[in-house]
Amino acid sequence: MKLHTFKIGGIHPEENKLTSDVVTKVASLPKQAIYPLSQHIGAPAKPVVQKGDKVKVGTLIAEAGGFVSAPIYSSVSGTVFKVDTIFDATGYRKPAIIINVEGDEWEDSIDRSDKLETLANHPELTSEAIINRVKDAGVTGMGGAGFPTFIKLTPPPTAKAECIIINGVECEPYITADYRLMMEHADEILVGLDLLMKAAKVDKGYIGIEENKPEAITLFKNKTADDSRITIVPLAQKYPQGGEKQLVDAVIKRQVPAPPAIPVNVGAIVQNVGSAYAVYQAVMKNKPLFERYTTVTGKKIKNPANFLVRMGTPMRDLIEACGGMPDGENKVLAGGPMMGKALTTIDVPICKGTNSVTVLTDNNARRKAVQPCIRCAKCVNVCPMGLEPYLLATLSAKQNWEKVEAEDITSCIECGSCQFTCPSHRPILDNIRLGKSTVMSMIKARNAAKK
Amino acid sequence: MNFILIAVIVLGTIALVSSVVLYVVSKKFAVKEDPRLEQVLSILPGANCGGCGFPGCSGMSDALVKAADNGSLDGLLCPVGGQETMGRVADLLGMAISNTEPMAAVVRCNGSCEMRPRISEYNGLRNCKAMNACGAGETGCGYGCLGCGDCVSACQFDAIHMNRETGLPEVDEDKCTSCGACVKACPRHIIELRKKGPKNRRIYVSCVNKDRGAIASKACKAACIGCGKCLKECQFDAITIENNLSYIDFTKCRLCRKCESVCPTHAIASTNFPQRKTVVETPKTNTDNSINKEETEVK
Repeated sequence: MKLHTFKIGGIHPEENKLTSDVVTKVASLPKQAIYPLSQHIGAPAKPVVQKGDKVKVGTLIAEAGGFVSAPIYSSVSGTVFKVDTIFDATGYRKPAIIINVEGDEWEDSIDRSDKLETLANHPELTSEAIINRVKDAGVTGMGGAGFPTFIKLTPPPTAKAECIIINGVECEPYITADYRLMMEHADEILVGLDLLMKAAKVDKGYIGIEENKPEAITLFKNKTADDSRITIVPLAQKYPQGGEKQLVDAVIKRQVPAPPAIPVNVGAIVQNVGSAYAVYQAVMKNKPLFERYTTVTGKKIKNPANFLVRMGTPMRDLIEACGGMPDGENKVLAGGPMMGKALTTIDVPICKGTNSVTVLTDNNARRKAVQPCIRCAKCVNVCPMGLEPYLLATLSAKQNWEKVEAEDITSCIECGSCQFTCPSHRPILDNIRLGKSTVMSMIKARNAAKK
Repeated sequence: MNFILIAVIVLGTIALVSSVVLYVVSKKFAVKEDPRLEQVLSILPGANCGGCGFPGCSGMSDALVKAADNGSLDGLLCPVGGQETMGRVADLLGMAISNTEPMAAVVRCNGSCEMRPRISEYNGLRNCKAMNACGAGETGCGYGCLGCGDCVSACQFDAIHMNRETGLPEVDEDKCTSCGACVKACPRHIIELRKKGPKNRRIYVSCVNKDRGAIASKACKAACIGCGKCLKECQFDAITIENNLSYIDFTKCRLCRKCESVCPTHAIASTNFPQRKTVVETPKTNTDNSINKEETEVK
């Protein structure tokens, strides 16, 4: 049988899933937990605690700072040390709450038992109740971008949701956090999908899983064999299948138009498996989002592993737990090698969207020398959005913003396929990002002027 | 023979008819242009730098002529041509101009390699804007110069160059026309246009770091820590401190240099002053640096 996948472009980077079979460990508590106030897309959260306040695990420490925003909960018990600026994954000093850890005392409202709660046992849960609970628990997209989940579940009036697609693709090399979560908490994820479907008032759910995870495909197929509403879709392996638009194309064969259109405009709401699990915990266990699955990996890391980690734990602690930083020149990424962000310091904490800490070493750490473009058009072939990366990059470098906007630069999903495939190692994506951010701010200014 | 004759007659007729048509059209549809536009344009430097705020020199000449018709040239200045050019334009248009002070670009960062230790290495596109989007840069200072030279490539007058030793851009004030291209190019807003000053003497806070003093000085030894000593010393109310950062208002500064000598981190820089005769007692180290700085700027 021919497997589904998205239509245009795509690449096949080396998998390097070193930790697929490593059972998730529970990371030890940090001495000090750090919570940056912007861990999500949108307005930063507003702190509601002060220096010296006592907090427990699950205490609200910062409330949502606007409509597109999310609250933050403490993942440790202890005393608030200070509200200060720290280096976060953006590479800049940003405001954060720092808590000194003392013991491990949880809020009483959190259900810490392992008992599986299903939607059938809780008929009282309405769509609004689920969405409110998800909003209050601070659940955001767990795949990396960190868009608040409740907004995705309440589509604009012009669009109508028809199905939920759970993203179990994990197409980034190295990362296995989602895979381990699927293997270890399949039942909870399915309940989470149930909740999402109820919240969005749809009766069709898909789970997209790439063929390189056959055990997960079999596991989910067995568990959903007698549920006609849910379809497991095995997908051919190709990067960037985990991109929302690519996944919608692969699973339900619909193409999302250019921005500002979003997947729900074609009837699909895409959620990561991590988000589905977080929704389950938030609604059924009354547990806000303060823990996540994270992979710490790299070819030179002694014991690469998957962790269930409390947010706010510095990456340094996790890397130490895996045997420490390798000798020599290293490049540490928050995220995978394709879309991860290089860090300037490893004291950056694990946030809601940190699915992996990848340590690249030796010749992988450094970029290769840039050579002239040989007009091979490989970047055009692999671009999953059907753009012309070489053209966008050149126009951006020449600061021809009008032209670059006309060439649909805002459709770029920054997957990095063009740069990966370029035989001349040209910094295509760096230039495109530059152009994209400039064009985005131009459009924003224009819209503001219109109002 | 007949062929040649026919060809000559046919082509000749076409030429005649076309010339008549062209003549009539050029007379009938002639665009009446203000002759002053062309004259003003010929006075303007022709660099098309956009420093005046108009699209190129023709845009500026358009604006000048319109302003002259409205009765005042105030607020219009060609930064490249300066007072001289504006005077000639005013003569031509029969207007008077108000005197504006000449300006020069000033780089407000003193984070040289020795002052600001590198904590990481940037390996991407060598471009300040791209580097700025990736984070604080190679040092711990999220405000200071990134050193990739966007300002250098933006300058059309060859007036700004990177100093290899310090890794910071330096402005050649003789060539600087204060067009402001570098000010726009710098993603960190470090470069500022300041009054050129008598004998090119200027005093400014050479730092834009808004972090708390302890954090700023950890990232860079030459950072302004917002201690407020300069504020107390200034007798002319020229200094303000906001967000842990001192700023000297060049319209109020009288160039007394008192603030410079009290600054504990030597964040206040001065240009083109003669060497001080008496050696000011500066605490502990850093004395060498301040002397070096003066020397390099004299060069």
